[in-house]
Amino acid sequence: MVESFPMKKVIDDQGNLVMASERELIDQDLVQTAYYHMYRIRTFDKKAKSLQRQGRIGTYPPFEGQEAAQVGSALALGEEDWLFPTYRDHGAMLTFGANMTRTFLYWNGRLEGCVPPDGKRIFPAAVPIATQLLHATGASWAEKRKGTKNIAIAYFGDGATSEGDFHEGLNFASVFQTPTIFFNQNNGYAISVPFERQMNSKTIAQKGIAYEIPSVRVDGNDFFAVYFEMQKAVNRARNGEGPTLIEAVTWRTGAHTTADDPTKYRPKELGQDIVDPIVRFERFMKNEGFWDEDFAANIHQEVEKEIEAAVKEMESYPKANVEDIFDHVFAELPNQLANQKDTYLQLLRGK
Amino acid sequence: MTSNMTETKIVTKDITLIQAINDGMKTVLERDETTLILGEDVGKNGGVFRATDGLQEIFGDDRVIDTPLSESGIIGTSIGLAVNGMKPIAEIQFMGFIYPAYDQIMTHASRIRMRTMGRFSVPMVIRAPYGAGVRAPEIHSDSAESLFTHMPGIKVVCPATPYDAKGLLIAAVEDPDPVLYMEPMHSYRSFREEVPTDYYTIEIGKGKRRIEGEDVTLITWGAMVPLVEKVAKQAKENGISCEVIDLRTLYPIDEGLIAESVKKTGRAVVIHEAPRTGGLGNDIVSIINDTSFLYLKAPIERVTGFDVPVPFSSLENHYLPTPERILKGIEKVINF
Repeated sequence: MVESFPMKKVIDDQGNLVMASERELIDQDLVQTAYYHMYRIRTFDKKAKSLQRQGRIGTYPPFEGQEAAQVGSALALGEEDWLFPTYRDHGAMLTFGANMTRTFLYWNGRLEGCVPPDGKRIFPAAVPIATQLLHATGASWAEKRKGTKNIAIAYFGDGATSEGDFHEGLNFASVFQTPTIFFNQNNGYAISVPFERQMNSKTIAQKGIAYEIPSVRVDGNDFFAVYFEMQKAVNRARNGEGPTLIEAVTWRTGAHTTADDPTKYRPKELGQDIVDPIVRFERFMKNEGFWDEDFAANIHQEVEKEIEAAVKEMESYPKANVEDIFDHVFAELPNQLANQKDTYLQLLRGK
Repeated sequence: MTSNMTETKIVTKDITLIQAINDGMKTVLERDETTLILGEDVGKNGGVFRATDGLQEIFGDDRVIDTPLSESGIIGTSIGLAVNGMKPIAEIQFMGFIYPAYDQIMTHASRIRMRTMGRFSVPMVIRAPYGAGVRAPEIHSDSAESLFTHMPGIKVVCPATPYDAKGLLIAAVEDPDPVLYMEPMHSYRSFREEVPTDYYTIEIGKGKRRIEGEDVTLITWGAMVPLVEKVAKQAKENGISCEVIDLRTLYPIDEGLIAESVKKTGRAVVIHEAPRTGGLGNDIVSIINDTSFLYLKAPIERVTGFDVPVPFSSLENHYLPTPERILKGIEKVINF
């Protein structure tokens, strides 16, 4: 089965173009945009880990190593599309237009972190596993009913394919031919359980066959491979040709979360041979004449500034409002909940 | 009727509870194009109970949608549809089949509004026939309301009569938040009532005094209502005047109506068919404790199902509250 789903690559580990036909699709603007976003979310991720270690934010699930997959997928979306992420997809969310301060706020236990910028259709990260596949199917189904060309993307990991909602999501999308992209980041491990223990199938892409959903396996550390396959899937969805399953094979460089210790379950040498997706992209830029020291230096500086400003804003954000725990449960506060709120607020106010 | 209202004759039809549910759905589908029905066998077959009978013919198969056999799928996609401007009415064929969808309801439908501070909301209705006493196969007879009244972020309604069934259904569809609409399977066709053919709503959160009385308040809902009314009439013959409260909404509960009645009668019996421990009856006892304790002349009685899975049909009548058990409860609080 693995032969039926060869891993698509556009550039190899040395940054050499292996799919020459794609060269004409690559221009300076795309290269710089991709590099900027990958560098930006990598720096965000590093900062978040560091803030967690200093006790300045809560538990954090790093996505280091998955930048090409997250940026390559998010950049292929349109303004009006829907994004249904997991808790490890803040890189994709930021690339798609989530607010960085609010992203830090989310990891600091603040509700504000789930509120996207006005008009941005970014759902809060799914914490249960695979549930969001159905939301993406439903939301994109609504777009189809409205007669728009908008689509939805659901992010999920290798572990999610073991859940019932993975099957139910793909099946609904297939039956109702919804414009949904099921974007899998196969990063090798679901917390401590390796791919081989998650499934006996050799690929995730092959699961699409059962649903008659077109599926493809891409090198998830190759920005171009992800981006071009995403574009194809997006176009198909927009043209009414239904859902696509994409397996982006990548690697979780770090721990599951900052509360996790992968040395307990993952042999140290595993993943050592994997070339970092940003290093690989830089090699490509240098090989193909896209590398520009000034551009890179500017970007590095700009990103540092943005992140420092976001951290500052997060840390000086107005204190969480206790009323928020009551006020958003329903559109209108029911009496008994209003009573609980009043009683507690009176206690807080010393009455 | 106030004097400045022109006298319009309300046209009614004498229909059963299931016909009223059908009529309610027809009304909302006509009024609002974003309303959809999703479920197993709801289209061509018109539902296994015929709740959606004829609706696909009128509104088409893209609004009355036969879905795959997939409860989590039905609720999960309905969440996505609702978040994106649709108003899904999702049918779970029997309440005992809702458990695969529990995760979607608990972790998403009920908390999307809170998690996004109101940016996204899930205005959907989940219809679920519930209850025992119709000799259905196992798992088809559960009363799982407490799983949902305990769940923050979802409303739970349970009509007992055709009139309330239609009005509450329309109110549930119009509600901006998810509503679980429990249908008393036992009462689907057991009696008829005059129901307006036009649009009307019953306010969610408001119970109804079905019978006025002086000596004891009987609090119940759904399929237990006709039974409790019957018992109240029997008790009347023995000289006990029972007030019967039909809660109609189980969350948010009409605390005012309960308190007002218990303050008058000083005695209460709560009747429900769900298991006793963790049952909604306990919350009602607490409401009385909070609001009317000093008016009580006797401890509150509960007449409920037992802490057992609903028995197979040969024994299910032993599980359900019977007139004898309810009368015994009434006598206990009267003779305390």
